[in-house]
Amino acid sequence: MARRYDSRTTIFSPEGRLYQIEYAMEAISHAGTVLGVLAKDGVVLAAEKRVTGKLLDLSSAKEGGGYGGSGEKMFLLNSNVIGGVAGITSDANSLVNYARTVAQQHLLQYNDDIPVELLAQRLCDMKQGYTQFGGLRPFGVSLLYAGYDPHYHFQLYHSDPSGNYSGWKATCIGANNGTAQSLLKQEYKDDLGVEEAIGLVLRVMSKTMDSTTLGSEKLEFAVLTYDEAAKAPKAKIYKPAEIDALLRAEGLAKKDEDTEMK
Amino acid sequence: METSFALTGKGYVIVAADTTAARSIVKMQIDQDKIKELSPHLLMAYSGEPGDTVQFAEYVERNIRLYQIRNLYPLRPAAAASWIRRSIAESLRSRNAYSVNLLLGGYDTSSHTPNLYWIDYMGTVVEVPFAAHGYGSYFALSLLDRYHDPEASLEEGLATLKRCINEVSKRLVVNPGKYKVKVVDKDGIREVEI
Repeated sequence: MARRYDSRTTIFSPEGRLYQIEYAMEAISHAGTVLGVLAKDGVVLAAEKRVTGKLLDLSSAKEGGGYGGSGEKMFLLNSNVIGGVAGITSDANSLVNYARTVAQQHLLQYNDDIPVELLAQRLCDMKQGYTQFGGLRPFGVSLLYAGYDPHYHFQLYHSDPSGNYSGWKATCIGANNGTAQSLLKQEYKDDLGVEEAIGLVLRVMSKTMDSTTLGSEKLEFAVLTYDEAAKAPKAKIYKPAEIDALLRAEGLAKKDEDTEMK
Repeated sequence: METSFALTGKGYVIVAADTTAARSIVKMQIDQDKIKELSPHLLMAYSGEPGDTVQFAEYVERNIRLYQIRNLYPLRPAAAASWIRRSIAESLRSRNAYSVNLLLGGYDTSSHTPNLYWIDYMGTVVEVPFAAHGYGSYFALSLLDRYHDPEASLEEGLATLKRCINEVSKRLVVNPGKYKVKVVDKDGIREVEI
């Protein structure tokens, strides 16, 4: 009879739990890791790509799609916000599309980039709807939002399938998030610079990822900084070649002999 | 003969509007406040078709307040100006358009700059160092062009405003009489006697 309360998302169990939401969160904790660190002059995101195989055609991703990156885990939500997603990819695509629409609507109405927290709130309103209104499955997606706005400057938010969101100095979602979070807790320092944050993110990533060596086919990477000349935030999602160059610079690149994909 | 002025200075915006409510040739009220306080750092002087003005100003006031309640921080002056412009532009293309001219003065607490926007009933928005609406503008704009200083202290700014008011009372056929003057700066909004 325990199953009675599993089948519908919107029915509480006698212990007062919503099982479908908990299952959705469980699904995310098996997804590829996404890690974010907030620095005083920027925000850094890194993500582990799970789907790799010799026959997967990555030729279109080599140059980096539209905004850079392979468009699998890192998305430019607006010119001032980068999103990192963990969970069901198709659900994530739909949420990313929604986020971009919301951001553009704000731009149209106020001629101003959407504040980061407001964007996170709007997505959470949508996610929360699926925990309350009957018959539909919740979004199996957690997101990290790395953003900048003039109100609170650099920000890092996390949102989960229940529609909760919270702001962080450093956090991690997806597989091994517990390990990564305790590593971050040990190593995070206040007033970290963006260069140090990049180093920290890559170090923690190399320890938490399943594979022993880091490479562009397993890793996505993005940094949000502020461009003083243009007086605007600058979002950079790294292309595969740039990720490899970064890993070499940080001394974390794999050696040539164990390259499996060319 | 409705008249409103506004000018920026070092870290502040002064907004002034006459206080007469008239219909045809009759003065009906001489102490009307035509400057709304939209948020802790945002002022809006309105003029135009009586009725439309108050209705539209209250509509803007409530919507800006709603944004602040929902999102914990108020709209920045630039965003508020864009929203107001859009509301006017949409209304202009309806059957019954609002015929309202506005001066929007605000202090942006995140970039620490004073901003002033001149907005008319056609949905024009321009960011300007000084502005005026109504018959008074024909006399005041040339004065402001000559005497306005973006680095002026509040005393100097108020002196420039007085020049405009005096010129209007000297030259305009029907002198508007009294003015209400409000200032917005980093500390918020306050009324000033001149």
